[in-house]
Amino acid sequence: MTTEALITVMAEVAPDAVVDTAGEWPNFQVSAEAWPDLARLIRHREDLRFDYLFCLTCVDWKTHLTMVYHLSSTAYRHTMVVKVKLDRETPVIQTVSDIWRTAEFHEREVFELFGVNFTGHPDLRKLILPDDWTGYPLRKDYEDPVNMIKL
Amino acid sequence: MVEEIGTTDKGELIINVGPQHPATHGVLHLVITLDGETVRKVEPHLGYIHRSIEKMSESLSYRQFIYATSRMDYLSAHINNHACAMAVEKGLQLEVPERAQVIRVLMGELTRIASHVLWWGAMAMDIGAFTPFFHAFREREMINDIMEESCGARLTMNYMVPGGVMYDIHPNFHRRVKEFIAQFKRKLPEYDELVTGNTIFRARTRGVGVLSKEDAISYGCSGPTGRASGVDCDIRKVQPYGIYDRLDFQQIIGTEGDTYSRYLVRMQEMRQSLHIIEQLIDNIPEGDFQAKTKAVLKVPKGEYYSRVETARGDFGVYLVSEGGLTPYRIKYRSPGFSNLSALDHTVRGQKIGDLVAIMGSFDLVIPDIDR
Repeated sequence: MTTEALITVMAEVAPDAVVDTAGEWPNFQVSAEAWPDLARLIRHREDLRFDYLFCLTCVDWKTHLTMVYHLSSTAYRHTMVVKVKLDRETPVIQTVSDIWRTAEFHEREVFELFGVNFTGHPDLRKLILPDDWTGYPLRKDYEDPVNMIKL
Repeated sequence: MVEEIGTTDKGELIINVGPQHPATHGVLHLVITLDGETVRKVEPHLGYIHRSIEKMSESLSYRQFIYATSRMDYLSAHINNHACAMAVEKGLQLEVPERAQVIRVLMGELTRIASHVLWWGAMAMDIGAFTPFFHAFREREMINDIMEESCGARLTMNYMVPGGVMYDIHPNFHRRVKEFIAQFKRKLPEYDELVTGNTIFRARTRGVGVLSKEDAISYGCSGPTGRASGVDCDIRKVQPYGIYDRLDFQQIIGTEGDTYSRYLVRMQEMRQSLHIIEQLIDNIPEGDFQAKTKAVLKVPKGEYYSRVETARGDFGVYLVSEGGLTPYRIKYRSPGFSNLSALDHTVRGQKIGDLVAIMGSFDLVIPDIDR
């Protein structure tokens, strides 16, 4: 599917999404409430089939967090980016690990490094950091005088 | 964090493999639940070599942050560097000279062979054949020598810089690569004789650890691990970068998705890489090896994503810039991390002895997973 066709289809399935075409792939910003249903839809809808979640991450914008999902389709080779803005104080979003199983590990990583809570995640524990670690290292205001060397 | 060795209420045994264990090839820690000899569950515990390279990169300049990526997948250092250099080039809209493009691909493919050769030796060793390891290192040594001459390092090359490569290739490069091609062509059939056709090896790997195509896609598997399950995920083909769209080579796709299939994909990929090197080695164009860039790089505000095919699969660099001297955020999508997430699913129901064979065929590099 071409980028134009993809934007047209997405306008139909997610009318509230904010579209950004500045980058290499079209970006769609959706709300955390709309995301779980949309995720299931774009995964299974016959002309979209976004079955390959190749990158899942988060960005701390100091005022809010943004979840970033890079998706592509192995059948049609189209790619898009979905972004979800989250509140920085209590970031909560529905897991997508039941739709793309690779998300299980990626969400655990975002959970410990950014403090995002994924509801419905089967095993939300720290993956990389020790269990007693406090704070979310990849947040911009994280301070650690012992482990962090500033250049 | 470390579960104690013990038994579950169902009488299943819980044991730890690693973080120091010869079969994990690095500091990977697996907590395994066993029912007799059958694996019921594998739970990876990561972080023993986590250096938070993503956080570090936020305080490094656009020239500096590339060097840290050589220390992630250290067997694909060139290709990791290539991805980072490309992300910066995308932001700066830099045109890379043709000579640099060819050198990058040549180095990348040599790296792929060196990585696959090491994997071949290690995988055979995991299964109990010790000799192949020495054969593998003989050829790998030749590549390391080539790297040393041109890049100044054998493992963490840091040769790719935004705009091209750091230095021009060494005068001996052409001759040395030619020697390597001749040697490797002669020795590859020996590899097959030693391991591929070996009855014990086949018995240990065929039908073991089958990963279906649907699962491979769902778990985000890429590289030879994904392709062995039938997913056409070679970034060099599906989203060509550099000069790969102009080269003649095949994407190797398996069908079975078992350990033997993953093995075969890598064996054939070495031949494809050799074929790419043969196409390019006599056709390195004259010209600059690096585009002219400013001393201090400032990537314009925006988001850039570059994808490359490392020896392990789809490596991505997600670069968020606010227009400053350092990246605002960098995310490394490492192939090993996603591949590892499929391990538990793949080994459930298999025997404990097969776990080592399956892990070997996944070709996990732990610093690549932990980052």
